[in-house]
Formats: sequence, C-alpha cells, structure tokens
Amino acid sequence: MRAMLELKNVSHVYVSAQEASLAVEGLDLQVTPGEFVSLVGPSGCGKTTILSLLAGLLVPSRGQVLIGGEPVHGPSPRVGYMLQQDYLLPWRTIRGNVLLGPELAGRQSRETEEAVERLLHEMGLSGSAARYPHELSGGMRQRAALVRTLITDPEVLLLDEPFSALDMHIKLQLEDLVHHTLRRMRKTALLVTHDLAEAAAMSDRVVLLGSRPGRIRHIFDIPAELRALPPMQARREPGFQDIFEAIWAELEEGEEGGDA
Amino acid sequence: MHRHDDPAAAPEAQTHDQRKAGELDWPAALQRAYIRRQRRRSLAVRLVQVQVLVLLLGLWEAAGRRGWIDELLFSYPAKLANQLWTTLLAGTLLPHVGVTVLETAAGFVLGTLLGTAAAALLWWYPFVSRVVDPYLVVLNSMPKVALGPIFIVALGPGLLSIVAVTLSVTVIITTLAIYNRFREVEPSYIKVAQLLGASRGQVFRSIVLPDTFPVIISTLKVNVGLSWIGVIVGEFLVARAGLGYLIIYGFQVFNFTLVLSSLLVIAAVAAVMYQLVALLERKLTAGRPER
Repeated sequence: MRAMLELKNVSHVYVSAQEASLAVEGLDLQVTPGEFVSLVGPSGCGKTTILSLLAGLLVPSRGQVLIGGEPVHGPSPRVGYMLQQDYLLPWRTIRGNVLLGPELAGRQSRETEEAVERLLHEMGLSGSAARYPHELSGGMRQRAALVRTLITDPEVLLLDEPFSALDMHIKLQLEDLVHHTLRRMRKTALLVTHDLAEAAAMSDRVVLLGSRPGRIRHIFDIPAELRALPPMQARREPGFQDIFEAIWAELEEGEEGGDA
Repeated sequence: MHRHDDPAAAPEAQTHDQRKAGELDWPAALQRAYIRRQRRRSLAVRLVQVQVLVLLLGLWEAAGRRGWIDELLFSYPAKLANQLWTTLLAGTLLPHVGVTVLETAAGFVLGTLLGTAAAALLWWYPFVSRVVDPYLVVLNSMPKVALGPIFIVALGPGLLSIVAVTLSVTVIITTLAIYNRFREVEPSYIKVAQLLGASRGQVFRSIVLPDTFPVIISTLKVNVGLSWIGVIVGEFLVARAGLGYLIIYGFQVFNFTLVLSSLLVIAAVAAVMYQLVALLERKLTAGRPER
C-alpha cells in the first residue's frame, strides 16, 4: 500500500546566531493509511520537529517529506494538528472556535454548521457550544480542540502530546475517545508522547527515537490482539506488560549509551 | 461572589446569631448581613466624599470673601457659579464646550485609529519596524506639543491645527503600545491558525487583532486624557473658540473667574467623556475572561 506519511532521509538543522544544531538526522519512516503510529524517546530527540516538518511549519534542511505521495509545501487542510494544550481562542465560544478552520478556508455553509453540531454532540459538548473556553474543564477543552481539528476533515492527524496536561482519569477517557474516533473515521495518526504506556496502548507501531541528533533506534510492532482493543482495555491485557517493558528496556539502554 | 470571606468580621457573633435564627437557611442570613455591611460601608464612603467637597468649597468661599486669599486671582465658588450661570443663560458657554468636545473626540478616536493602523503596518513589515524603531523612540520622548507652531503655519490657525496637535500627542504612544501588544500575542494561537491554513492577513484579522482588542479599547481611554492636553494647548495657541480659548482670553483680560470656571467645565466634561468611554469598554469586552 502507498504510504500516507513518508519521511525520506530527512535531516533538520536549527540555525541561530549562536549555533547550528542538528535536531534530526537521516530519518526514514512510512506510515500507511489508517495506521496509528507513536513517536517516543528522550527529550531532545526531535519529536516535535518531526511533527512540524509533516505539518509544513518547517522545511527540512535535507531530504523529503511526503503526505499522500506529494511533497509538503506549508500547512495543508489534509493534515490536522493537535497541540499539547487546547489553545482555544478565549474570545470565541466553543462553537466559534470550532468554526475557525472553516472560516479561514472560506467554507462556511449549512452543512459545515450541521457537521459542527453533530461532532460537538458526539464529543459530549452539545450543551457547551455557546460557552467560552474558560468556563470548561481541561478535558472538555481538549475535546473541543479535537473537534476543531476534525471539522476540516483532515486525512492525517498529528498529535503533539495532546493528553499530557490532563488529569489521569480524564487522560485515559480521552485516549479511548480519540482512538475510537480516529479508527471510525479511518484517519492516519502520528502521536508524539512521553508516556510509553500511552504509546503502547493506542498505537499499531511505536517508533523509538534516540537523542541529539534524533534518529530512529527501533520500531516496535504492537501485537494484533492489543491493537484490536480500546486503549483502556489494552492496558489490562497480559501481553501489554511485555511490549511496555520491551520499549522501556530499549529506551533505558539508549540513554545509558548516550551518557557514556 | 457573595461568599462570606471577610475573616475580620467577628465570626463569634455570627455563629451565635445563626443558632438563634433557627437552623433553616442560615447561610442566606449570613449573606444578607454581609451585603448590609457592604452597603453601609459604600454609603459611608459617599457621605465623606460629599462632606470633603462641601468643606473645600466652603473654605474657598470664606477665604475669598474674607480676603485670606487674593479674590482677583483665586475668585470664589459663588462668583464661579454666577459666571457659569449667566454665560449658560446667555448661550455663550455651550458653543465653546461643543467646539472643544468635538476637537477632543476627533483627537482620541482618530489618534487611536491611526495608531492602530501604524502598529498593524509595523506588524506586517518586520523590516520596517526594525528600521523605524529608533525614530519612534526619539519621537516618543520628544514633547510633541512643541510642534504646535509648525502645524499652525502648515495647516492654518483653526480646527485642523488643533486636531493635528492632539494627534501628535496621541498617535506615537498608541502605535508603540499596540505594536508591543501585537508582538505579545500567544504564539500558539498564531500556530493554531497557521495550521488551519491561515494567510498572514487572516492571522492578523482572526488572531492578532481580536486578542489585542481589549488593549486597543483601553488605549482609547488613555487617549481621552492625552487629547485634552493636545486640544487645550492647541486652543491656547490658535483658537477663537473653545474652553482653552476661554482660559487664554480670561487670562488676557485678567478675569480669573472666567479662567477657573472654564477649568471647572473642562474637569466635568473630561470626567463625563472618560466615563462614557469606560462604559463603552465594558460593553465591548463583556464576556471575555481576564488575561
């Protein structure tokens, strides 16, 4: 199958007056349509750089970044992005925030408005559409941010630690919701996370990166029986602990090697 | 809002009251007591304010009539009131008020609009903003009312010059304040818009401008005060009408009752104008959380 996301020998350098620092080097990665892949690794391994490259916010210093077989030139409606925090605009209502994307694209129509209401309803936010972000809890706000990302109907979702700022039980609920929603809509997703258990529970594959510069160290295939389950259930399966420990061991080894 | 959160307010007496009042709805009774205390306090503040005013006016009146201070120079309230009343009845006061209010309003509205437009230009062209930065700093620290004579020669002695003096006072500081706020807009909001495909113009319209809006409105409020300075100085220099003109005229004919009564009118009209703009601010920024 043709890859939905593809990195071909990608390297990226951040240049400033003080230094030229190599953030990622020689990355090769393919993500097939509908696949859920996580990027994990120590801080400074260039996870967010990779998302920015795929989102078209950065131009790779070397190599090629492809979405659906086409080179990336700047942000595109084919790619949705969820940030660590919701960053809902405080002066807009929840509905107004969700409509930001269609507004910017000049696609405000009856259908869009109906789609907004439907999606808000699915995410349990019907009653909050007319409220302002500061009136909502963290979990609700992040759900609203998810609706804002999904309303433009992107094929690919880039998730930049979207659960990291939430309380544990909200985080687990939201993982299930996101996992279920993306499966149902057949989206391709790339999740950056610090949380190895989250990566193992949600993904089809987990990519472990080494740091400074970021390189791919190992790619773990999650067993089919875990993949079939929602994240919260997958965490309770006996096989889950094995894959979690395998990733953990590899990460530890890399860090020791890095220190030596 | 109406929680009882004043720890200094004798807790013992209240717990005692609660028991007596029966156990039903004692929190509401606490709240009523709290509101009563607050009201009494506000009333007391008002009362003292009025007393201070009456005392000062009385003192002034007595000092003027009894010759403790020079009556010619400092006048006294009864003379001011008489002056205001007769000019009001004769219809010679209000036209001056009208002229000055018009000039001031034109000054702070135009000043805020032009300043915001200039700030937008600087935001749009970072290169330009770096180039003009030192010029803005110099212009900002210069006392711009000193440009008055040049405006008079260039624009003629009239309303145009006076508004120009006002703008010279308001535009630069407005530009700097709003441009600085533009640059403090949360980068992640901008990132969100960019990821949704926003162009630079769309980022400005949908993120930068609305995020800065409260600051623009509060700058409008600051500009009310600055515009009064510009207008009065402008009127000192050229006018044939307006409250500033009345002050200069009173000074020239040595009628300090006229000077002081004009000042009084300025204070009153400026306060009303400020309150109106503050009201507008509350209306326009309603529903927004504090940042």
